[in-house]
Amino acid sequence: MPAPPEGNPDVDLHLIPGAVASIGEQDAIDAAIGSAPAARHLLLPALHAAQARVGWISPGALNHICTRLLVPPAEGFGVASFYAMFATKRRAPRTVHVCDDIACRIKGAEGLCRSLEQKFGAPGQDANGLNGAATWVRSPCLGLCEQAPAALVQRAGESRGDEAMAHVTLEDVVGAVETGDVRAAQQTIAPQTAEPRDSGLRLLRRVGKADPSSLDDYRAHGGYVALRKALALGPEGVLREVNDSKLLGRGGAAFPTGRKWEGVARNPARPHYLVCNADESEPGTFKDRVIMEEDPFALVEAMTIAGYATGCEQGYLYIRGEYPKATARLQHAITQTRARGWLGDNIMGEGVRFDIELRRGAGAYICGEETSLFNSLEGLRGEPRNKPPFPVNVGLFGKPTVVNNVETFANVLDVLAYGGPAFAASGTPGSAGTKLFCVSGCVTRPGLYEAPFGITLRDVIALAGGVADGRALKAVLLGGAAGVFVTPEELDMPLTFEGTRAANATLGSGVIMLFDDRVDLGDILIRIAAFFRDESCGQCVPCRIGTIRQEEALHRLVAARTKGAAAGARDVGLINDLALVMRDASICGLGQTAASAVQSALQKFPVLSPEAR
Amino acid sequence: MEAVPLNFVRAVDLKIDGKDVRVPEGTTLLQACKSVGIDTPTLCYLENLTPVNVCRVCVVEVENSRVLVPACSRVAEPGMVVQTDSERVRHSRKLVFELLGSSVDLSTAEPTFLADLERYAAEPDRFDTGDAHGHGAKATVKQPVKIDNDLYVRDYSKCVLCYKCVEACGTDAQNTFAIAVAGRGFNASIATEFDTPLPDSACVYCGNCIGVCPTGALMFKSEHDMREAGTWDESKQTVTDTICPYCGVGCTLQLHVQDNSIVRVTSPHDHDVTEGHLCIKGRFGWQFVQNR
Amino acid sequence: MFGAGGGTSAYREIEETDLIVLWGSNARETHPIFFHHLLKGKQDGARMFAIDPRRTSSVAWADVWMGLEVGSDVALANTIGREIIAAGLCNTAFVERATTGFEEYKAAVEIYTLEHGEKLTGVKAEDIRDLAHSYARADRAQICWTLGITEHHNAVDNVFAIINLSLLTGHVGRWGSGLVPLRGQNNVQGGGDMGAIPNKFVGGQDVEDPVLRAMFEKEYAGTIPDKKGWHLSQMFEAMEHGELKTVFVLGENPMQSEADAKRTRRLLEGLEHLVVQDIFLTKTAEVAHVVLPAAASWCESEGTVTSSERRVQRVRKALEPPGQAKDDIDILTALAKRLGRDWGAPTAADVWEEVRRLSPWHGGMSYGRLEQLNGLQWPCPTDDHPGSPTLHTRLWDEPVSGSRAPFQVVHHSPPVDLLSEEFPLRLTTGRRLESFNTGVMTGGYTSPLRHGERIELSPEDAERLHITAGEVVRIVSRRGSVEAQVKIDPGLRPGLTFMTLHFPDEVETNILTIDAVDPKSGTAEFKAAAVRVEKIVPVQAREPVGAGAAGGKP
Repeated sequence: MPAPPEGNPDVDLHLIPGAVASIGEQDAIDAAIGSAPAARHLLLPALHAAQARVGWISPGALNHICTRLLVPPAEGFGVASFYAMFATKRRAPRTVHVCDDIACRIKGAEGLCRSLEQKFGAPGQDANGLNGAATWVRSPCLGLCEQAPAALVQRAGESRGDEAMAHVTLEDVVGAVETGDVRAAQQTIAPQTAEPRDSGLRLLRRVGKADPSSLDDYRAHGGYVALRKALALGPEGVLREVNDSKLLGRGGAAFPTGRKWEGVARNPARPHYLVCNADESEPGTFKDRVIMEEDPFALVEAMTIAGYATGCEQGYLYIRGEYPKATARLQHAITQTRARGWLGDNIMGEGVRFDIELRRGAGAYICGEETSLFNSLEGLRGEPRNKPPFPVNVGLFGKPTVVNNVETFANVLDVLAYGGPAFAASGTPGSAGTKLFCVSGCVTRPGLYEAPFGITLRDVIALAGGVADGRALKAVLLGGAAGVFVTPEELDMPLTFEGTRAANATLGSGVIMLFDDRVDLGDILIRIAAFFRDESCGQCVPCRIGTIRQEEALHRLVAARTKGAAAGARDVGLINDLALVMRDASICGLGQTAASAVQSALQKFPVLSPEAR
Repeated sequence: MEAVPLNFVRAVDLKIDGKDVRVPEGTTLLQACKSVGIDTPTLCYLENLTPVNVCRVCVVEVENSRVLVPACSRVAEPGMVVQTDSERVRHSRKLVFELLGSSVDLSTAEPTFLADLERYAAEPDRFDTGDAHGHGAKATVKQPVKIDNDLYVRDYSKCVLCYKCVEACGTDAQNTFAIAVAGRGFNASIATEFDTPLPDSACVYCGNCIGVCPTGALMFKSEHDMREAGTWDESKQTVTDTICPYCGVGCTLQLHVQDNSIVRVTSPHDHDVTEGHLCIKGRFGWQFVQNR
Repeated sequence: MFGAGGGTSAYREIEETDLIVLWGSNARETHPIFFHHLLKGKQDGARMFAIDPRRTSSVAWADVWMGLEVGSDVALANTIGREIIAAGLCNTAFVERATTGFEEYKAAVEIYTLEHGEKLTGVKAEDIRDLAHSYARADRAQICWTLGITEHHNAVDNVFAIINLSLLTGHVGRWGSGLVPLRGQNNVQGGGDMGAIPNKFVGGQDVEDPVLRAMFEKEYAGTIPDKKGWHLSQMFEAMEHGELKTVFVLGENPMQSEADAKRTRRLLEGLEHLVVQDIFLTKTAEVAHVVLPAAASWCESEGTVTSSERRVQRVRKALEPPGQAKDDIDILTALAKRLGRDWGAPTAADVWEEVRRLSPWHGGMSYGRLEQLNGLQWPCPTDDHPGSPTLHTRLWDEPVSGSRAPFQVVHHSPPVDLLSEEFPLRLTTGRRLESFNTGVMTGGYTSPLRHGERIELSPEDAERLHITAGEVVRIVSRRGSVEAQVKIDPGLRPGLTFMTLHFPDEVETNILTIDAVDPKSGTAEFKAAAVRVEKIVPVQAREPVGAGAAGGKP
């Protein structure tokens, strides 16, 4: 495999005076780095190792990492302090992250957090009565919205590692803080995949059917048919099929996958890199997690096809740090596939070289932005780059790079299995294929639903059993925190790229979150604003300061509701001004969409009237 | 045989504010604007540093582009239609200035920066509207001045996070990497590792960070002390170019002198020996001539 | 070089070169802004070799470090040269067209096989081979050096040995290929260019050339001796023999800056008449019969200085000099008047016009052009000449214009101060980033980087001698002893120690150094003394004194 470029080994390092890593930290870091030559791109894995060992990045650990990788400590610190899952001040080795984001909020997360605060003290501080063994913190969306409320246990220095919890009660969380034991482990099965199952399922057809830990079972359920077909077609043939399929990227931007692949395949610069963006962090989104947990081999196979078609010999799978189960299953799948010779130097005996390295994110929504993801992989702060240049020309390590979302890759298997034209014939003319919808909130059967493009919002909600508890629907958040709110009057909107665009909405990451008449949208808006403030990388002014000003103004607006809408007129003006500058002048999609949901809500709902509470 | 120029550069034709403009291939929109006399505000841009395009005050509107683009780093393309003074551009520039002004102490910022605030009628104070109950009170970057050595002080209350100091400390000049951006979002800041004091850090006191700081967040201790004492008076200062008295490289020093005392030393950014950068001796080693 | 005393390349060239050889230079600390240019070259993909006994912060940036024995530079260069010839990598076309003496050189270096070179220098044969081949094969290559080359008893031989390599490969006289001696002080280059050396008039013109001398005699309306004068070490020898009784020192502090400080003090104090013109009352001025307080040339008066890339730049007056201090020109004209010559009251600009009139190198450098163009690089003979970033491009003319460049046969000659059982450690000296020479100037500001004088020892030697960091030890050479605090530097090989000359008031390092002088340049071998390090016991009892000896300036 072509080794990724080495970091600049030429630097006169100055270390933190007197800080020495413990033997445990050194061992963990050395194991993560291995015998690889000094290379900056190993910074994130090394930081993970240090964090997992003692629960924070100590000055000694940073010294050791920086010495091994020849990274200046100030830069190493800049990277470590960028990620929410790394602590740069001593923190208890056991940390329970409690999701208080919108889906969990509806399910009582705020009350849960208040109770925890009463029992254990402020988040981040050593929990009362546990001698510094544990703490709890609030967390943005953990991607378990269909099983809200959710939490994640980070267990440093323990072999059992990190684990996610779902449908948690106060007792569950208290138990996790006190002992580290998980009593309410997350589940995975999507409602539609329970028997009797929908025969129209494509992307989810193996979910709940095939054993996600068995390559053989994957093959028994149709696995590796697509790769064989791809090898028979040759790279050009694969590109043709993908082009013919009219497959559009599922990450949010809906860019034609074929064009992206062709752009890299035809680029004379070498090497080419392939990146799977599995940093699923959009609040309300959990579709990629389900695929990775229940059908991990499918992702490995699809990435292999993409690498083959585009001339990439090295793929990176960048998965969000809060997905321990998916990480374990994918790592297992990659290892098994490699052992079988279907990853490596001579795939299926056809002389094809391709391999995948799994990399964990560490709690940064921004790293789902593709150029931030590249920076993160390279061991830099996950700050987005200015575009152009685009990744097909200048991507990971400055080389032509294919970067696709997990769901996009999953579709590639069907494109090959059924042929491009057949794939294009499904769905609608502008949106080929099926789409995964993450349905959560005030709904009877929350979960992941697959349906052909063109289904209406109303029908998806019906699939999920409608509004829970027989309540009236107040609003639906479509597309995620970066999406828009729609009203009950807009439910006949066809869920296609073109249909949502026409309605000034977006499919985004496929989030459909329901709010019934009991939910205070003002509270939801403030949480969304806080999310963007918290996740802004801080690089550009409109987003760094705009997101905090938006949050402040919303706080004022909501507080002033009792005085009537007129009281907040000035703040509404500010919010509108901020929305414009963030949309127009931010570097990346985060800032550009940070006002989107708030704007749609203020326009469509009487959020500010006293009755709105 | 006809001579073929070796450095053949294509010309690019574009329209800026309705004017036809022709520039060599590779020219940025900022340079293209300058070539036709359009004055574009900049903050994080400096000729001798790699554009990071983070401040966004130089944004312009390009036809068929969904969002505004930073003029400092966007390269001119054939047929581009650029607006530098549209409603959207004016709004974004004004808001960026307002956002900075609402969170950062700009009292010692470069005069051009303050002039730009006025030019775009920025009213930073309009974000100052915390209600009676303290709901949504305005966050700022206010913090104590860091004074941990005798050569220069760091007042991050004045930091606009333009990244220039990080670049000057890093690959664009000094390659010492003593500072980097740490943290995230509104809490992002320029810091040494674990915020250790400079004497424990990799800092070699070249002062190249001071040389590029646009707001006075990084300041000679001599200037800081004079400002504290109320004796700093730029109207009484002269600036004289001379050559550093130390090694044989021959760096140009600009001596800022008040009352027959050197109070600050800079170097011109457009000089191809220093490109504005100095070392500790050139930047701070002048005291010996005034230990009179 | 080749008759012109100046580096051949502009700083910019190193940004565009393919191979960088940093030889006997810790430019990261001693020429930091040049190092910025070097790093741009590195960022652009240039490979870098660093040749230095110490693993300095400059060396940290190199792809290959060649930690040679102190004083084995000629042996290393000759080994490289022999390998280039033996491997058939010599630029034959260039050698034949532009040089003389190749056959003699080839015969002379024959003995310097890789194996022999490894033995003499301590550098691995494979690394020498790597450098030889890389240098010869590079499209463009630069060799840069500083005092690591010139502060030796065979300084000029060292320089010749390096020049020979550039001639073998044609790495001179082209953009990106050249020889870059980095000057230690801001006007070393200019001082020489202006004729402040014993054998040259202004503009590198030979004093022993009768035609030139006649021109200057006419200009100055007087007689000029037909033999070159004494250089610095010859002056001290002349003092020793009683031939030199009156000395006029301008802007130097030999009392502290010369090697073998005890001897220097004895000779200066023995003079009949010592005049010192300086901006400080230096240790030398303290023993002078007359002190002439001068204005600081770089900020209290007008003029020019010339940098390591031969760039002449203006210095300007920004401050009024204190007290009775006067401009150098005013002092010298007043002195001339007392001696019977009325030079009037020339300004710096007037003096410069004389330089332009007499020096073809400087003819085209009006003050106006110097200001407008950020200085000009000589030669710049006429008002429309753009200056010369690269020197010796003529060597690439077909046929060569002017004289061809000669190979100079030179041989290895180890340091004079031999190591022995009694003095088993090699002491080498150098500068640190924040300080300068004898500290007279840098002592004026407080630096967080300054920790006073410390002898740096390798961890191995420190352990062997049971010495710990911070301990005060006695360092003894054949000439005397000093006491200093210890710093352990893992960048030093066993047997090598390092000190600076920055704090002579606290630790007079030059008590230890040897005044073995290069007969050609007059430079002393500051880089190689033989010493031993003695533990002082008990350490605690000495603390009050030790703190004084070890502490830096407040």
